[in-house]
Amino acid sequence: MDDILLLDAAERYLKGEMSEQEKTLFEEMRRSNPELDQLVVEHHFFLDEINRFSKIKALKNNLHEVQAKLETEGVLKEKQLGKGAKVINLWKRYKRTITIAASIAGVTSLLTFTAISLLSPKADVQQIQELSKKIDAIDKKTVAQGNELNTVKNNITKIDPKIQFKSSGTGFLIDAKGYLVTNSHIIKNSNAVIVQNNKGQEFIAKIAFIDNAKDIAILKITDEDFKPLGSLPYSISKSSTDIAEPIYTFGYPRNEIVYGQGYLSAKTGFNGDTLSCQIDVPANPGNSGGPVFNENGEVIGVLSTRQLQTEGAVFAIQSKYIYKALDELKKDNEYADVKVPSVSSIKGLQKKVQARKVKDYIFMVKGN
Amino acid sequence: MKVYPNDDLLLKGLASNDKQAIEAIYKDNFGLIQTYILNNNGATDDAKDIFQEAMIVLYEKATSGSFELTAQIKTYVYSICRRLWLKRLQQSQRYNSPVESLDEIIPVEEEIEEHHKKNEAFLMMEKAMGHIGEPCKSLLEAYYLHNKNMQEIAENFGYTNADNAKNQKYKCLMRLKKLFFIHYKNGS
Repeated sequence: MDDILLLDAAERYLKGEMSEQEKTLFEEMRRSNPELDQLVVEHHFFLDEINRFSKIKALKNNLHEVQAKLETEGVLKEKQLGKGAKVINLWKRYKRTITIAASIAGVTSLLTFTAISLLSPKADVQQIQELSKKIDAIDKKTVAQGNELNTVKNNITKIDPKIQFKSSGTGFLIDAKGYLVTNSHIIKNSNAVIVQNNKGQEFIAKIAFIDNAKDIAILKITDEDFKPLGSLPYSISKSSTDIAEPIYTFGYPRNEIVYGQGYLSAKTGFNGDTLSCQIDVPANPGNSGGPVFNENGEVIGVLSTRQLQTEGAVFAIQSKYIYKALDELKKDNEYADVKVPSVSSIKGLQKKVQARKVKDYIFMVKGN
Repeated sequence: MKVYPNDDLLLKGLASNDKQAIEAIYKDNFGLIQTYILNNNGATDDAKDIFQEAMIVLYEKATSGSFELTAQIKTYVYSICRRLWLKRLQQSQRYNSPVESLDEIIPVEEEIEEHHKKNEAFLMMEKAMGHIGEPCKSLLEAYYLHNKNMQEIAENFGYTNADNAKNQKYKCLMRLKKLFFIHYKNGS
């Protein structure tokens, strides 16, 4: 019953049916109660959807009617292609089959020719030579593989097994040279930090910058095995995002990268905190520090906290604070060359393509 | 920037779902689209499908507010249909080098991308509506789609008063929301 009252209030508020006094009161309630705020934002989004649904439905109706009418009036006629065109059409339709047939014929004759030439005695000598080369090649390969095995073995033992990693979260690259952004609360008491990519390789990293007040940290991968990745597919947004805009996240709530999807529900965070924004997305411990992307593949925030009593209310630090942290970091000469991409190269791509391109740049962050 | 006063009027008509405008656009453009699709491995029914979809894309543009017509409706409709049809050919693997006519085309990739997103949400809503059952479906349709007021709804559906009908409406709405958001958050 309570739910119905709230929904009724939200709907009347959104439709502008409230009196001035009621409206002020409602807005006051909305400010102090994030759960209600969430409901209003969600309902706004939903009413928009339902509205669009009804309009498109009506349009489709009219389209059908007009089409039927024009058909009975004989304005829309079934057109037939002329005779000549039919032949061309047949050719077009079967062009692919004909091409394939032709190439099979070509390949067959080539194979026959090769078989014949291989059967001549001269060819035997060549084959024997080739075989010895092959053995050489196999030998070389074995040595190379042995080397690789050794390095892998070294890698495994390199990270001190005695260190117990107690906290873990997510981080993402902001510079392909090995700079990551994450939440400071994951690693603030750690003296050893490692990051792990989605293939399970671990790298040693150090804390380059930490700001506990804003809950932002920048890590630098110091491991010599880390090879800088190609340029980042995403960019970091400088502007804020609109309410109800769809967003998605990546994180490591378990030992594997996990995708989540939702929308921006409020421009401010818990109790009106202007540092962060509120998003509606499934999140679990371990998602902390993960990037929040908008549909253009721009990072709009860093996922940070979740409100305990409201399910689905998650807060993210706004991306402009990444730039603030970077400015601080760059004051140190060692890090003056950190560069953040300003253009997202995955804008306009389908979400699954974006996800494929992005996930190599997102790491699990572990601290002791 | 070119201005097409007649086209502008037609577009405004389409935005307000006016049948006469829709009919005029059909009459002016369907022949061209049909020829294009027949020339490219399609049938008349395909042409009708594609044309309808293009009309929806055009409608979405026309109602988006920020839209200004920078080309003739003819060019616009032709470009959208062409893109939609090539996409469909590719999906059904019937694709081979398309036969192009000499008509002018403009880039419409963004519009089509946008349309696909919106269409997905539309299908989700349709699915959710299909799943809530009666009388919820008719009740919500009467209120949100046909803009009936609560008094009328109470009479039509046999509720004792408008408040009862309203309560029932909110119960139905909550179920619809739940179903919709399950699909929406799963992304399919």
